[in-house]
Amino acid sequence: MIDATHYVALSLILFCLGLVGVMMRRNFITVLMSLELMFNAVNLNLIAFSFRLSDLAGQVLAIFVITVAAAEAAIGLGLIIALVRLKDTVALDEADVMRG
Amino acid sequence: MKLYDFIWLVPLFPLLGAVFNGLVSNRRGLSKKTTQTVALLGAGAAWLYGWAAVLQWFFTEDRTEPYVVKAFTWVTGGDLTIADGSTAAVDIAASFQVDPLSAVMVGFVTFVGFLIHLYSIGYMHGEPDRDYARYFSYLNLFMFAMLTLVTGSNLPVLFVGWEGVGLCSYLLIGFYYEKGWCAAAGMKAFIFNRIGDFGFLLAIFFAFHFFGTLEFKGLFDAVASDHGGHFGTAATIVGVLLFVGAIGKSAQIPLFVWLPDAMAGPTPVSALIHAATMVTAGVYMVARCNYFYQLSPTAMLTVAIIGGVTAVFAATIGLVQNDIKKVLAYSTVSQLGYMFLAAGVGGYIAAIFHVVTHAFFKACLFLGSGSVIHACDGEQDMRKMGGLKKYMPTTFWTFLVATIAIAGIPPLAGFVSKDAILAKVFEAGYTDLNHFGGIYYLLWFLGLAGAALTAFYMFRLVFMTFYGDFRGGEEAEHHLHESPWTMTLPLQILAVLSLVGGVLIGFPGQLFHLEGWSFIDRFLGPVILTHGEHHGHALSFGLEWGLVILSVAVAAAGIAVAYRFYRIDPGFTRAAHLASRFPLAYKLLLNKYWIDELYAATVIRPTLKLSDLLWEFDARVVDGAVNGTRNLTVGSSWMSGIFDLEVIDGLVNLVGTSYDVASRQFRRLQVGFAQGYAMVMVFGAALLLGIFFVVNL
Amino acid sequence: MDFLIANFAEILFYCLAFLTVASAIGVVAFKSPVHAALSLLFCFVMVAALFLLRHAELLAAVQVLVYGGGIMVLFLFVIMLVNVKDLKLEQVFLSGIAPLAVIGGVLLGVLIAFGLVFGVLASGHGDGTALRSVDGDEIGNTEAIGAVLYTKYLVPFEVVSVVLLVAMIAAIVFGRRSAGLEGAGGGGGKTS
Repeated sequence: MIDATHYVALSLILFCLGLVGVMMRRNFITVLMSLELMFNAVNLNLIAFSFRLSDLAGQVLAIFVITVAAAEAAIGLGLIIALVRLKDTVALDEADVMRG
Repeated sequence: MKLYDFIWLVPLFPLLGAVFNGLVSNRRGLSKKTTQTVALLGAGAAWLYGWAAVLQWFFTEDRTEPYVVKAFTWVTGGDLTIADGSTAAVDIAASFQVDPLSAVMVGFVTFVGFLIHLYSIGYMHGEPDRDYARYFSYLNLFMFAMLTLVTGSNLPVLFVGWEGVGLCSYLLIGFYYEKGWCAAAGMKAFIFNRIGDFGFLLAIFFAFHFFGTLEFKGLFDAVASDHGGHFGTAATIVGVLLFVGAIGKSAQIPLFVWLPDAMAGPTPVSALIHAATMVTAGVYMVARCNYFYQLSPTAMLTVAIIGGVTAVFAATIGLVQNDIKKVLAYSTVSQLGYMFLAAGVGGYIAAIFHVVTHAFFKACLFLGSGSVIHACDGEQDMRKMGGLKKYMPTTFWTFLVATIAIAGIPPLAGFVSKDAILAKVFEAGYTDLNHFGGIYYLLWFLGLAGAALTAFYMFRLVFMTFYGDFRGGEEAEHHLHESPWTMTLPLQILAVLSLVGGVLIGFPGQLFHLEGWSFIDRFLGPVILTHGEHHGHALSFGLEWGLVILSVAVAAAGIAVAYRFYRIDPGFTRAAHLASRFPLAYKLLLNKYWIDELYAATVIRPTLKLSDLLWEFDARVVDGAVNGTRNLTVGSSWMSGIFDLEVIDGLVNLVGTSYDVASRQFRRLQVGFAQGYAMVMVFGAALLLGIFFVVNL
Repeated sequence: MDFLIANFAEILFYCLAFLTVASAIGVVAFKSPVHAALSLLFCFVMVAALFLLRHAELLAAVQVLVYGGGIMVLFLFVIMLVNVKDLKLEQVFLSGIAPLAVIGGVLLGVLIAFGLVFGVLASGHGDGTALRSVDGDEIGNTEAIGAVLYTKYLVPFEVVSVVLLVAMIAAIVFGRRSAGLEGAGGGGGKTS
């Protein structure tokens, strides 16, 4: 019997993978992909609990999350273009002018 | 319907015109046609209604009593204790009156005013629309103020008009305010008028203090009922102070210097304000308040002396002036002196008579000079004129008539009124009026000398301007032209009045055993307070004629000298020769006795010095005190500053330093790349969640 | 075989879960962004399948269309826009913070999961009827979401549309060859 706990566990793994990817990868593009993984983890949770609680609100919220993810992707990729234009690299640690 | 019940409409009509032209035409830049129509309607309505009302009043009412119309209550005050210990309520009504004196003034002010409006249309046509509207607005406003002045039935209402004409005078003299000297002339006029107004205001206060009323009728009755002479001192104080006001307004010594400068305004304004109407306000006021003077020989003598001296003084300056308007301006001052001389010997009717005739011929002269200036394209120097007779015949003839009138040749207007004045003055000396007979004889002699001077300088003006050859150059000669009908028509009307006006309204009956034929004598009689001493004429028939012949001879002598100097001697060499023989006298006259410089030295410079002194005082003492306070404050501030610096700032700095030290450490956390922050965020979120679980579970 | 049939749902879930996690690891670990992107695409499809298992048919379709169709294409566009020599970085991971990052990531993930499992009753089972019915009428999942989305959640829906619009404008601003970026002399880096 698969219940919400399984999904939570799966989404935990996905989320942690995404988070580690976001924090560790140097390539801006893969960082954004990892971010998408985290969104997916969140959506998995939402769908699982929507089913568990018999409430459509979870699915509606998932739609909103997808929308925001799409917006985030657009902006993030725009930033990649800007970074490449500016520094000729996609390495995120090259963008360090804010170093104190 | 009694038209004179609404006598306040007479000043109201021009006021409406002024408001329309000032607020609508000027703002919106309406066309000249609209502006002049409104202005003419305002002035014309005042004229027609004024004459209709006065005529109706003349034929229906008892003319010995003023007919008072109250428009509205103006000031409601409490009771004040007055000089005799009783109380009087300060209730001032905006009330107007019709009486013989007002009737005469309304009659000629509205009429001359209307003519000058008409004339202005021709004279000012070159101005921009807005300035045109502004001009006519001022002109109408002036009519309003002047008519308020002459119809007001108490001193405060008169004062409103008095200030109003002063204001309009200022506005109109400074009409071309872009030129600095015009604006300065306006201010000069205003300030000199203010000095006089100060006296007038004091006179109003004293009048209330002594008599408990400000209504002319009330004052008249109070003074007339005083048979014991209690009011002698009061009358002297009020009378002299009122005369101070008149000195300012009517440009008498020592406050006359503004009037020649007032020629900076447009010429019709010079005619309207500085010849025909406003400057005569002082004479009107003295005549209106004659009862004070009748009670006070001192006040009368003051008026007479100042008038007589001014008459000659101004005439001598007029002898050598080359600016056509300046000559006329000094002539005006001189003629006003005659009026005050008359008033000063009790000849108020003669004074008013001269006001009226003077309005005719002086307005004609000024408008004629305006016509000349207009033709000469703004040139005012007579040395650059000459021979204008053939270019502008109408102007010449009217000007000549007015000149003969002012010179005192019978039977023109000027002769009749001036002779009445001189006769009155001689009579005062002859009858030893108030035991000042000797002084009055002297004043009569001055008046006679003034008449000769008047004849001389007026004919000098005519000869220099209209005879001989034109001296203004080819180009200017080409420009010469007769003025349009709106300008010549008023000239012609005024010339006719100068010709016959004198005989018509003031027939010198005593010369023909026809006493009582003088309309103005009979008409104005009730206005004057008499003690009943001087009935009939003190002078014998022969003496009267002798005086007439003497004054005519004197005038003829003046004309003859002018003819010799300026007509048969086109180069004016004789005059120049005379000037070079008496250089000091010539310079003295040419520079107007250095009166302006005298004022500069005695009043203006000391005032500036005083201002400097006050400034010094301000800088040293006042600022010193301020600085002392400041130093005290600085001292205490220093003390508290120490505390502030060491204790308060110490604490503040401690905070700042701690931040400084801390941030020096913490800035190392600013690794500068995004993932570092993400990690910090992750740990932060984990920490918060951990705390949440620890607290909640 | 019976075991397979009886536990079909569980087996399917575990298979899908395994593939999802495997592809997610690929996303994080692949050196080449192109490989990572393909791995991510596979992951999205697996997640869509997992959605189907939880009776979220519309979401599954949206997941494939938006993620697989839209966002992946976007990623691939960007990858193609960037020079190939810049694309592959020799050093894949940031040096020095890797242990901290793993600890932090796992810690936060566990804490959230802990919160979810104990905060919301995670065990138990729904039947999915509610997810395709409105007011008791059993209709499709898509219709049900539509009925809720355009009535109860209309305002958030509109707000999200504004968010999208703003994001679009922002992407254009960042992406265009602006004077501001070049005017910074290439050394400002203010936008990154």
